Amino acid sequence: MTKPAPPALLRVTNLHKQFGDNAIIKGIDLTVAPGDRIAILGASGSGKSTLLRCLNFMEKPTSGRIEIGGVQIGTERPQRDGSVKTEYSERELTAVRQRVGMVFQQFNLFPHMNALGNVMEGLRTVKGLAFDEANTKARLQLARVGLADKADAYPARLSGGQKQRVAIARALAMEPELLLFDEPTSALDPELVGEVLRVIRALVEEGRTMLLVTHELGFAYHFANRILFIADGVIHEDGTPDEVLKHPRQARTQAFLARHNEFHF
Amino acid sequence: MNHKWNFDAVWDNPEALLAGAVGTLRIFVICLVLGLSLGLLVGLGRYARRKWIYIPVSIFVEFFRNTPVLVQILWFYFALPILMPFEISPLMAAALGITLNSAAFSGEIFRGGIQSLESSQWEGAQALGMTHAQALRRIILPQAVKRMLPALTNRAIEIFKMSTLASAVAYVELLQQGKLIASINYNPIEAYTVVALIFFAFLYPLVQATYLLERKLRQGD
Repeated sequence: MTKPAPPALLRVTNLHKQFGDNAIIKGIDLTVAPGDRIAILGASGSGKSTLLRCLNFMEKPTSGRIEIGGVQIGTERPQRDGSVKTEYSERELTAVRQRVGMVFQQFNLFPHMNALGNVMEGLRTVKGLAFDEANTKARLQLARVGLADKADAYPARLSGGQKQRVAIARALAMEPELLLFDEPTSALDPELVGEVLRVIRALVEEGRTMLLVTHELGFAYHFANRILFIADGVIHEDGTPDEVLKHPRQARTQAFLARHNEFHF
Repeated sequence: MNHKWNFDAVWDNPEALLAGAVGTLRIFVICLVLGLSLGLLVGLGRYARRKWIYIPVSIFVEFFRNTPVLVQILWFYFALPILMPFEISPLMAAALGITLNSAAFSGEIFRGGIQSLESSQWEGAQALGMTHAQALRRIILPQAVKRMLPALTNRAIEIFKMSTLASAVAYVELLQQGKLIASINYNPIEAYTVVALIFFAFLYPLVQATYLLERKLRQGD
């Protein structure tokens, strides 16, 4: 008897996203199991960031179905012309976003709050925790990303790497089941990339479920148990890091990897 | 020209000027608080995507921005009671005109301030699971208000000066009392000079405080 597969944390079916006439995502199916660490690769404009942003509804999908923990998000309403439109209530989306955290390329820290305030904000305003409890939890998260001594510093006084670590602490504080990273090191000076990647690697060891859009192929190889290569809004290749990065089957994946490895020595 | 300065009428009636100053401050505070609060709602309404909010609010803004406050005050005082079955006091008429006018102008300040914030701030808040209202209150407005402070303090100064328009409906404020004193011995030079100096004494420190504030805010960035 085979062991039953763990229930999917996230299931995406036939996802489409258009901006006006411009189709970015053209039919993506994706299932994420608890503990999965999925790196999403692809050229600029391939739709990889848009896919990630659809998963916590920063972008509303044009069509398709997203289930989290087996529950479909949104209510499907048939339109007069026969098509089906999915409507999302604010209550539903705020609940989803508490379960699906996000770390942005540009950090998106709140500049009018210090590092501690940034991490406490969601705990206080969204989760409604008392000040002391939120304060304790936030300090714990800051310590975890190595910034306990920067609790009082405002974002303007932090380096890019420190800002991104605060942003990670802010997302972790909400205790999400799934964490989305949208090119978390792309806005950083090269010498600051390492400190952020080390924090993310520590999360791997905790067994967290994560999706990471990145250009750091080397990190993706060590980080992920599964790699997706996206081009033209569809998944071109989906497999283990060895399969996708070392033995790619598709010509487009091979060309992409060749471009990225051009100047390695 | 050999005018002999005679301040007797001014010095003999300190309580008249005091009552005027109290009246000016009263209408200033009422219009400042109501005008800016209503202005925030107007600003949010102009920013709304729903047509049934956006359109009436826009009509309100355009109407009150493009008619003189003095006409509005006179209209509220003389025309409104004919149309509606209630009496309206000079204070109510003047406060209504100045408040609605300030709401229209400060509404545009609020709208601009909110729109000046990058969408990444909204996203940062929403990604934590905040509602639109929570994001607005906790993340967007505190930053927007800081950017708007210079424009809002200018608005406050304008409201202070506009309070003199209330004299058109005989509301007791500084200019109205100045007119009264001027008519005692027919000495308009002395009366209006003193009124102007009292306004200067109120407004000059306020304007200086605005400069200081602007400089401090610029350093904070």
